[in-house]
Amino acid sequence: MIVGEHIIEITYLIATALFILSLKWLSSPATARRGVWAGELGMLLAIVGTLMHHGLTYRWVAIGLVLGTIIGVPLGKVAMTAVPQRTALSHAFGALCVTLVGTTEFYLRAPDVPGFMMGVLSLEVILGALTFTGSLMAAGKLQEVLPQRPITYKGQNFVNLGILAIAIGIAATLVMHPEKMYLFPFMIIIPLFFGVMMIIPIGGADMPTVISLLNSYAGLSAAAMGFVLGSKLLIIAGALDGASGFILSVNMSKAMNRSFSNVLFGAFGQEQKSAAGAQEARPVRSASPEEAAGILAAASKVVIVPGYGMAVAQAQHKVRELYDALTKKGVDVKFGIHPVAGRMPGHMNVLLAEADIPYDKLLEMDDINGDFPQTDVALIIGANDVTNPAAREDKGSPIYGMPILDVDKAHTVMVIKRSMAAGFAGIENPLYYMDKTLMLFGDARNFVGSIVRELTGSHG
Amino acid sequence: MNLDLLTGLYVFMLAAFIGFEVIRRVSPLLHTPLMSLTNALDAIAVVGAIILVGEGKSTLATILGTIAIVAATSNIVGGFIITDRMLKMFKTSGPRKP
Repeated sequence: MIVGEHIIEITYLIATALFILSLKWLSSPATARRGVWAGELGMLLAIVGTLMHHGLTYRWVAIGLVLGTIIGVPLGKVAMTAVPQRTALSHAFGALCVTLVGTTEFYLRAPDVPGFMMGVLSLEVILGALTFTGSLMAAGKLQEVLPQRPITYKGQNFVNLGILAIAIGIAATLVMHPEKMYLFPFMIIIPLFFGVMMIIPIGGADMPTVISLLNSYAGLSAAAMGFVLGSKLLIIAGALDGASGFILSVNMSKAMNRSFSNVLFGAFGQEQKSAAGAQEARPVRSASPEEAAGILAAASKVVIVPGYGMAVAQAQHKVRELYDALTKKGVDVKFGIHPVAGRMPGHMNVLLAEADIPYDKLLEMDDINGDFPQTDVALIIGANDVTNPAAREDKGSPIYGMPILDVDKAHTVMVIKRSMAAGFAGIENPLYYMDKTLMLFGDARNFVGSIVRELTGSHG
Repeated sequence: MNLDLLTGLYVFMLAAFIGFEVIRRVSPLLHTPLMSLTNALDAIAVVGAIILVGEGKSTLATILGTIAIVAATSNIVGGFIITDRMLKMFKTSGPRKP
């Protein structure tokens, strides 16, 4: 069966190449769908190759594949607003698979497990188990079945690191004494518990970072599984996934102005309640939909800054109508997207693309910030902290140093907001009290709808 | 399948470098599809589970392995479907780019 083995290895080799091409094609929206097809083909080849292994029985394999497909199809068809929790859930599934395979491998091989093998096996199940419960917690918070408010207590990091240290201690003991098999279940239960504790202190605003981090952990645990099984294909797929999650977590932590070590130790989401001090009633200027429509129609350059509030209000389709109405009048409309807008990296782009807004109008923070001084109107819909100039100017502000969209440099700023209540981080936004700022009070969807009616009604 | 430690580490290191270089170039526009795609690719772990279940060395291997196949397959199927759905939505404003 030597020839058969070679054919299997070759399918894995081709699958590896297709996986790398798949990610490469994702670099631009023009080639991205080709990337998905490459990934699908690679996956199919690898699975067919595996099924050709000599001496396999197929009954339970087939049952597993069919059941997985039945569960997978609805998970592929969720609403775009639910993509973050779906992603968290799929990290949990991936981690579950890795943990179960690792557990089985241990019991098949123990007590004769060489030190190195035991080391990677421990890494596999520890990372897998904590990613499993951590991702389930994250999915629960995103789906709002669990409280989104961060739950913190004194010495939390100390306790968490202590729990993790115990798990690592058990792993070290098993590496030296693999015959102590009774220790193995603890090496799964403790990280399962750690995963829960890790996500408890994290608030909704930090979810983009958390999801990216869990993505990275899921990838690394799969790579560790590759070492255990001696599969280069799995090592490579895990390394690619781990690298991707790592890059996204670094991006997200930069966009939130959190140090990366801060993110690694799960200590985020704690500086929530800082600046609640001076809250005297300062005067703001507000405007009606008619006035707002008049100003927008007279503008030549408009930048819309959407935040998660827009998605919560389901206003993206109305925003698309506004985009159409203004574009028809010859107004240049662009969108400024902050990296943490939405609940996961890139989420806002998906929501706007779903509403049929062309992607070349969606600009990243660094690309749009230079345009604000020449912008007539910056229209902010459901975003708050990412537009707060205090992040640039006020050293005392808890978000000082966080990169923001420089909307305050536009000639006129309009903010659609339900009330003057502070944003997610509970921080006062001086933008609202500037002379050039008009507050548009109301529900984002209804308000944008009224503006659109004004714009289209007055000109036929 | 024999793979010595050092070869494995080389493979891991090179793949990580390729991953960094390739993924750094992915437009932030597509970071959500990127995550769902890497997630689907990562579910290649199903290969390990298939061998475990197919060889059927113990009842534990069959039970845990089958659950692992279900979990990984749902990631593969769901991940590819949703990534394609998302990417289909990204359209330009026309032949003339600004």
